[in-house]
Amino acid sequence: MTSRLIQQFERGLAAPICLTWELTYACNLACVHCLSSSGRRDPGELTTMECEAVIGTLQRMQVFYVNIGGGEPTVRPDFWHLVDYSTAHRVGVKFSTNGVRIDAAVARRLAASNYVDVQISLDGATADVNDAVRGPGSHEMALRAMAHLKAAGFRGFKLSVVVTRHNVAQLNMFKKLADDHDAQLRLTRLRPSGRGADVWHELHPTAEQQRELYDWLCTQGEQVLTGDSFFHLSPYGGPLPGLNLCGAGRVVCLIDPVGDVYACPFAIHENFLAGSVRQPGGFEAVWRDAPLFASLRQPQTGGACRSCGFYDSCRGGCMAAKFFTGLPLDGPDPECAQGHGEAALAAVDTSSRPRPEGDHSHRRVPVTIGRRPPQRACDENPLA
Amino acid sequence: MSTEFDLDRPWRLDERVAIRPEPFGALLYHFGTRRLSFLKNHTVLTVVRALADQPSARAACRHAGVGEGELPAYANALAALADSNMIHERTVA
Repeated sequence: MTSRLIQQFERGLAAPICLTWELTYACNLACVHCLSSSGRRDPGELTTMECEAVIGTLQRMQVFYVNIGGGEPTVRPDFWHLVDYSTAHRVGVKFSTNGVRIDAAVARRLAASNYVDVQISLDGATADVNDAVRGPGSHEMALRAMAHLKAAGFRGFKLSVVVTRHNVAQLNMFKKLADDHDAQLRLTRLRPSGRGADVWHELHPTAEQQRELYDWLCTQGEQVLTGDSFFHLSPYGGPLPGLNLCGAGRVVCLIDPVGDVYACPFAIHENFLAGSVRQPGGFEAVWRDAPLFASLRQPQTGGACRSCGFYDSCRGGCMAAKFFTGLPLDGPDPECAQGHGEAALAAVDTSSRPRPEGDHSHRRVPVTIGRRPPQRACDENPLA
Repeated sequence: MSTEFDLDRPWRLDERVAIRPEPFGALLYHFGTRRLSFLKNHTVLTVVRALADQPSARAACRHAGVGEGELPAYANALAALADSNMIHERTVA
């Protein structure tokens, strides 16, 4: 990637390259690190018709594909309709799922489409490591979905792993698991976003583990995808494959289940809210005109990082990771490869850390003797 | 890795590739391989769009105003697109 092209990207594009669209906050799981604090459906979620209108806009803007997530998007009753509607309008779909709805018939249907890609989330190669983060039974559920996709002949679906302190030793196991299922491994960074803010400090890889991860990624080249997650590690020895820049509001953004548009999927907070697809002009106007996006497309100063010799390679790292750990946006990333993040984190007054917004977590029902049963089964579980 | 690119053959864009013009040139997306490519200026965009209607890649370059001296650079760019299956040789009827 030439630096001239990078500069162009930093000034923003006519439409996003990578658009994440979270279709629902409903989820059958309750992963401890969920970026969107999902669990319960939001009553204000976009209707089927509103979703179709968004897809029409994306087609006009030539957004080549959307990354659909949630929550667990497949629990939306109109999910398969929206996938078909999108691909029929030349907007490809890549969706992330925990596998709950991927049975043999669905897998065959997915394998038959050129325009749909599937990403199975799994955060431990073994059930003990995975289920500690994603909940009991979630490892088995993901493996069952992967087996169905393989049996249906779906080649190259993605096995998506958030790298944590506890699974970083399993990288080769994940790779083998992906290979065994004709899938491609995708590793992404643990962000302190959503419920992740509560567990990041205990779960994020140590400095030594980050170095191991970087070295391992270097041996894999383009065989292992990273969603451009680890550009903050470039100072260890050079850029990993990818754009290697923070694309927030420039080449990526997020549409959340109620139609709010945020600069990136890891920044659900009013400071990064650019607008709504429900406002006049819809998504196109937000992408083009939102003052927040205009400011993100301005040259960044680099702040405290400007004097660092590695600023050109890491560009100060991830905005969301800094924000939710209480660090200044123009200072080092909390996982700065030069170690500047640790010192900065130690100086943060933890009571002043911004809190992620929009908590849709399942309500924890206090266990009391003789408590009343839930009024409706779906008060507790969106799949009921 | 990059194969010799034959400027004198006729070429065409893969039918599963979409082009999106951008201020810097264009983005190309292949729905089959799910890969993204970049066209780094507007001239190469004109070349790529002209391929199907011109008898050869050389003619498409000339149509886009590419000078003789610049041809090797454009041949390299087209070779990279051919390697990633964005463009194909076309058989002339």
